[in-house]
Amino acid sequence: MVQYLSVMANNIKITINGVTVEIELGTSILEAARQTGVIIPTLCYHKDLCVAGNCRVCVVEIAGQKRLAAACATPCEEGMEIFTNSFKVRNSRKHIIELLLSEHNADCTRCYKNGNCELQTLSSEYKIMTQDFIRLVPFKNYTIDQFSPSIIKDDSKCVRCQRCVRTCAELQGVNALTVAYKGDHMKISTFFEKAMNDVVCTNCGQCINHCPTGALVEKNYIEEVWDAIADKTKHVIVQTAPAVRVGLGEELGFETGSRVTGKMVAALKRLGFDAVMDTDFSADLTIMEEGTELLTRLKQVLVDHNPEVKLPMATSCSPGWIKYIEHIYPEYLDHLSTCKSPQQMFGALAKTYYAKARNLNPETIVSVSIMPCTAKKFEAARPEMHDSGYRDVDYVLTTRELAIMIKQAGIDFMKLDDMHYDRLMGESTGAGVIFGATGGVMEAALRTAYELVTGRDVPFENLNIKPVRGIDGVKEATIKIENPLKEWAFLDGIELKCAIAHGLVNAKKVMDSIISGQSNYHFIEFMACPGGCLGGGGQPIPTSPEIRRKRTEAIYAEDEGMPLRKSHQNPEIIKIYKDFLIKPLGEKSHHLLHTKYTARKRY
Amino acid sequence: MTTNYQLKRADFIFKNENDWEKILSKNISRPPQELINELISSELKGRGGAGFPTGLKWKLSAEAVDEIKYVICNADEGEPGTFKDREILSKVPFKVLTAMAICGHVIGAKEGYIYLRGEYFFLRPELNKVINEFEYYCREINFDFTIRIFMGSGAYICGEETALFESMEGKRGEPRNKPPFPSSYGYMGKPTVINNVETLAHTYTIFKYGAKRFYDLGVQYSRGSKLFSVSGDTPKPGIYELELGMSLEDFVEEFGDGDTKAVQVGGASGFLVPRKRFNETAIGFQGKLTGISLPTGGSMMLFNSSRSMFNVLDNYLEFFREESCGQCTPCRVGCQQLLNGIKAVKRGEKNAQYLDKLLRLTETMQYTAKCGLGQSVANSFSSIVENFREEMIY
Repeated sequence: MVQYLSVMANNIKITINGVTVEIELGTSILEAARQTGVIIPTLCYHKDLCVAGNCRVCVVEIAGQKRLAAACATPCEEGMEIFTNSFKVRNSRKHIIELLLSEHNADCTRCYKNGNCELQTLSSEYKIMTQDFIRLVPFKNYTIDQFSPSIIKDDSKCVRCQRCVRTCAELQGVNALTVAYKGDHMKISTFFEKAMNDVVCTNCGQCINHCPTGALVEKNYIEEVWDAIADKTKHVIVQTAPAVRVGLGEELGFETGSRVTGKMVAALKRLGFDAVMDTDFSADLTIMEEGTELLTRLKQVLVDHNPEVKLPMATSCSPGWIKYIEHIYPEYLDHLSTCKSPQQMFGALAKTYYAKARNLNPETIVSVSIMPCTAKKFEAARPEMHDSGYRDVDYVLTTRELAIMIKQAGIDFMKLDDMHYDRLMGESTGAGVIFGATGGVMEAALRTAYELVTGRDVPFENLNIKPVRGIDGVKEATIKIENPLKEWAFLDGIELKCAIAHGLVNAKKVMDSIISGQSNYHFIEFMACPGGCLGGGGQPIPTSPEIRRKRTEAIYAEDEGMPLRKSHQNPEIIKIYKDFLIKPLGEKSHHLLHTKYTARKRY
Repeated sequence: MTTNYQLKRADFIFKNENDWEKILSKNISRPPQELINELISSELKGRGGAGFPTGLKWKLSAEAVDEIKYVICNADEGEPGTFKDREILSKVPFKVLTAMAICGHVIGAKEGYIYLRGEYFFLRPELNKVINEFEYYCREINFDFTIRIFMGSGAYICGEETALFESMEGKRGEPRNKPPFPSSYGYMGKPTVINNVETLAHTYTIFKYGAKRFYDLGVQYSRGSKLFSVSGDTPKPGIYELELGMSLEDFVEEFGDGDTKAVQVGGASGFLVPRKRFNETAIGFQGKLTGISLPTGGSMMLFNSSRSMFNVLDNYLEFFREESCGQCTPCRVGCQQLLNGIKAVKRGEKNAQYLDKLLRLTETMQYTAKCGLGQSVANSFSSIVENFREEMIY
């Protein structure tokens, strides 16, 4: 029986478990098996990363070869006869799982990843019921690094698959995590074994998203938030980031890419939050501030020739990116927009604008945010983020932590009726929503800035600025400004050059091209995580290019479904400028919504 | 089962006739294909221990299409009980350099590297002088080939060819997945010939005297001579050049102290042969001369009856546990389990049957480890545990 999987010219025939299949030359045994419906277990393999072949869980037997081959790392050859479940394979695979378990602190019931652990799944599939090999954990000097405000690194749970190391190097180009020592002492460590908060780590959390076990997890603040909710003297408000609404469903029984905004709001209300509001509101606010800042900078550079003002201007929404530039390019901090991220804008307003409007003592307000991000935990803890007179954001929870709370509360998420965000800071536009995807901030900013300058809509069909969308690591777009309004006459005929980078490894490419003078952009959007916030380090695990694509589609569908698509049309934005902030970059804005950055060293 | 094969001394490697300039200029004017054919017909196999046909290795790299190629001399001599490469590099370095240059001519490489074991730091100044002299001559005859020394840092695993490349590239010395093999994707991703010091020295012999002279030594499948590093309980430790194919009995007759209990052939990653199997064991590659044939990088360690085989194995396993790079599960955890396991059996914490479980584990390690290190731990473990089981338990 021959299954024809593809009609490519460069095909070869192989046999997997007795079934002959035709596959494309260069396909790995693992991929070939998956294409033909044969499942080979893996541990160190990840679709986002290069092949390592470390764990050896995926070994298969090839006829005529004494040794087994790692399916992930071995390309198929013509006529290969492969067995994925032979006597030899089964025994070896079981041995390898047993070996991994003997070195692993298999304290599952007390593990944060209990229930979402690939090693646990493997040992459950292979029914490893006995402990024949000697437990090696007591011989080891395992340490737990809890110094980072975002990430907990527990070496006793590590299986040395090096996914985190590859993530940190290949996706992020940060290399905060690396392999140290050899043999039995081999472990994943940092520069000079410093704590995670003392190295170049950007807290992006991609290592957490790619870790198969509980070796890397977020520092969770679930209990603290429950305590605040239970405290009757506190007024607990919550904001939800754009990308959370397209990820949360995955943790709660929905298909990948489901939009669960209304259910999420309902669940948050049932959890007992006093007010449920939207980070999308402050994303719209960011556009007002950042868009105005961009136009001001353009004028200062192009008309006033002010040497103090730097172009290109870079976005400042992604706290992982901020920490990265502070470490790696500290001399370029002037290029960052001074705008706080939407989370921190919201936080500063919660204890000022909101408190005043609701007649609350800001001291009693506990401000919680739900973020797709672990770096936001670090950002909220930055010393400068106290502009309201209090800590602007008290607790940051990831999408995963929110899902845990919803489960703990016994909420049947699927059956919830949709609810709306509370007023004042709960209204948003499609522009705020797309902040969750790479290119979104750029698109939102262009929708508003272009209209501000010309009085017309951006010249793209249905406001969809397609060139800034998509999964390319670095995207470029140019918008020509024609017939501007009188006050922006100096921009007439100017081609506004924009770039978008997501994943810090791509951010590095763009930064290096700026430094070398190869590119002359005006405005650049940087996002630390692949795919933007929807692929953030706080999003549901697993992640893969396919999963991120589905979440992206959901984000843009959410945008298209909004009655308002431009930040400056948001009625609550209009209201806050009328009642409180007066104008973008005004004095109040300057005080509450803008910030400074800190140059950091690489080590 | 006995053999009438007698121990035959050979004297090629260390015979220095100071004719390298002549050998070099003669051979670099020969067409590469002719040199490859010469090597192939000599049936020279890699002397580092794995025994890959050298001629084929050069041929594959010569066929690879790339502007940049490399020749690397693997002088990361780390196998316990091996000390021959050090002697070659201090006594007849010109032979090695010449062979590297001829290889460069054959495959189309202009750069050669000697990856020198970290502990052989003391060889470096002298070797650099010799390289300078060698390169001077190359320039004189208008032959474009340079040789650099790259110092290792003491990791055993960096003797594994792909880990060696990683180390040279400034990365962590960890073996790569194979395929691709060095002949198409080696140092810096370029086609690379990587040969052991002794292998290169033998090619010098072949290019000097012709393939037949070399082929006539040894036995079928194991042609030529080989340096042996003899150590342990022997009255005459040292380095000896012998024809391949000898029986272990003849070897022990010559080198033993009369009380030889076992011989470890091929260092810690090789096999331990007990006295009762001396006569049926031949030293060579997959030879059919006698029952068993053992390849070796040249390490021959003799143990007499005063030695505890438990201690011997314990020592090897401690070495492997330490020197595993740690990336793949079977090797990293397997070595720890084997070491802790035999100790537990010795202390009575595990019963004797646990040794059988460990033997099955070594089988898994052999089948699934990423590189030769993890795959060959089974060799010494199973040969010691199977032959000296009582010593493991009591």
